Amino acid sequence: MVFSFDLLLEAVVFGILLGCFYAAVSIGLSVSFGLLDVPHIAHPAIMVLGSYGTFVICRYGFDPIVAGVVLMPVFFVLGMGVYRFYYEAFERRGSEAGVRGIAFFFGLALIIEVGLILAFGVDQRSVEAVYIGKSLSIGEMRVPLRFLVAFGVAIVLMTALTLYLSKTFTGRAIKAVAQDEAALRLMGANPVRIKQWAFGIATAVAALAGALLIVIGPVEPGLDRVYIGRTFSVVVLAGLGSMTGTLAAGLILGISESIVLMHFGASWAPAVSFGLLLIVLGIRPQGLFGR
Amino acid sequence: MKFWVSAGIAFALAVIAAATLKNEYYFFAGYTVLMFVVLATAWNILGGYAGYVNFGTPAFFGLGAYTAAVLFKATAAPLALQILAAATMSGLLGCAAGLLTLRLRGIFFAIATIALVVIIETLFNNWRYAGGATGLQLLRPPPTAPFESYVKMLFVLMAALAVAAVAIARYIERSWIGRGLRAIRDSEEAAECSGVPTLRLKVFACTVSGALMGVGGATMPMYLSFIEPASTFNLNYAIGALASPMIGGTAGYLGPVIGAILLSTIQQVVTVTISSEMNVMVVGVLLVVFVVAAPEGILGLIKKWTRSSSR
Repeated sequence: MVFSFDLLLEAVVFGILLGCFYAAVSIGLSVSFGLLDVPHIAHPAIMVLGSYGTFVICRYGFDPIVAGVVLMPVFFVLGMGVYRFYYEAFERRGSEAGVRGIAFFFGLALIIEVGLILAFGVDQRSVEAVYIGKSLSIGEMRVPLRFLVAFGVAIVLMTALTLYLSKTFTGRAIKAVAQDEAALRLMGANPVRIKQWAFGIATAVAALAGALLIVIGPVEPGLDRVYIGRTFSVVVLAGLGSMTGTLAAGLILGISESIVLMHFGASWAPAVSFGLLLIVLGIRPQGLFGR
Repeated sequence: MKFWVSAGIAFALAVIAAATLKNEYYFFAGYTVLMFVVLATAWNILGGYAGYVNFGTPAFFGLGAYTAAVLFKATAAPLALQILAAATMSGLLGCAAGLLTLRLRGIFFAIATIALVVIIETLFNNWRYAGGATGLQLLRPPPTAPFESYVKMLFVLMAALAVAAVAIARYIERSWIGRGLRAIRDSEEAAECSGVPTLRLKVFACTVSGALMGVGGATMPMYLSFIEPASTFNLNYAIGALASPMIGGTAGYLGPVIGAILLSTIQQVVTVTISSEMNVMVVGVLLVVFVVAAPEGILGLIKKWTRSSSR
């Protein structure tokens, strides 16, 4: 293998774009799993559902990003419903919720995946937009425009969510519920309602992430299985619930995946995120920016 | 005693079926059902008794299958040796996984096991000798004396393996090991404080569970005369192995057996009559319904029903 600096530079640039995208698809999970401790394995499946929602709206000539934004309120309500159900069925009953809660979200992911297969078939689906298919040349490098668009939206999404959690009253309440639920209850707030709200936001973010997913490339119903590894490795590497950590972890994953992709080939790439995840879990389970 | 009599009857029925029935399809389907009995029983040792959710079934199953296939390709070893080698390799993987993930609990353990599947699949995808991503064609030897077809032989063999797996699970459940694992499930801290060797028991459960899953996969290459990574490491095995005990009941060794027989029979029927997508949908819906409405599974429902009718 010939080591080439240009190739490495290209891998890093591509990795940064990819990494921001990974951070954006993981940030919803960072709220639902990282802050709320819900074992939300169905997060990537909900995201893929968002991609298909985008696909349907785009048939009427809308831009995929606009479609993703339109889907957000719908997914917000959906997320609130899912959390309410999870709470009533598991969290309230207390003991043994662990195994069954995980199995519940696993079943939910399956239902979404197969539902999508029944509705749309197993073929890959993609959308059209002015920026899809074109690329920008910087010197020798050619950067696909769709990655830049996804990069931009990802940055906006993450900034907005970080500001929301740190500056607004509800946002701070969400962080408080993650830190000490009992104390919040003593302050006269209802932790369940705050968690429900937060889960709604996490799901709405997943809708927009789904739109980014279909902008980046074609989607298929089984895509969520790959993203279980990517999203969870980002969230765990970040340290549960840390928003800056999510960006850093996304970048680490993106860059390492793109270097492996360019130097060893596509057949090794799927193992990167899961390998990273295993290493982090084995060495430093609290992550880079753990609380 | 009652257990051994009913196990003997079940095995005898399998032998009689193999001797009398002509239609090969029944044995193709029956093999799958029995394989899921093995996988579900193996899953339940760690998942049901100790409360550790394992999504890694395809990793252990697939490693077992590939061990058997590679051994067969290299030395044309007989089936018994292939199964033994598969159990050893998958058991070692289980032991290693147990040691590596000792500190992880709940969802973290579950995700780590998914990671295991993808990493091992990637390794086999890139291993040329084992066929890489395109797979490996295997030439089945002729069946051994009393059997006229290979599939029937595998069916009877799988019935014997299923009985053995359930017997092992039953033994563990009733011994001090099972009590220790249940203590871990209820509260790991309390178990540790009461002198339960939690670490050793967890690694032991991982090893036995992994080895049995490897046994479940060992005859797969011969069953299909073919092996390839994408279908061998398919998450659908994880789904079946997890959903069966959840539906049947995780508390005792009978739960996974009932769940696996019911679930894989429904799956076979749905696959044939409707579609293979619909069969995964059925599993997903049943899993969610049981987990929410009947946390103790079918066995729990039966217990509740007999108790209320006797009153």
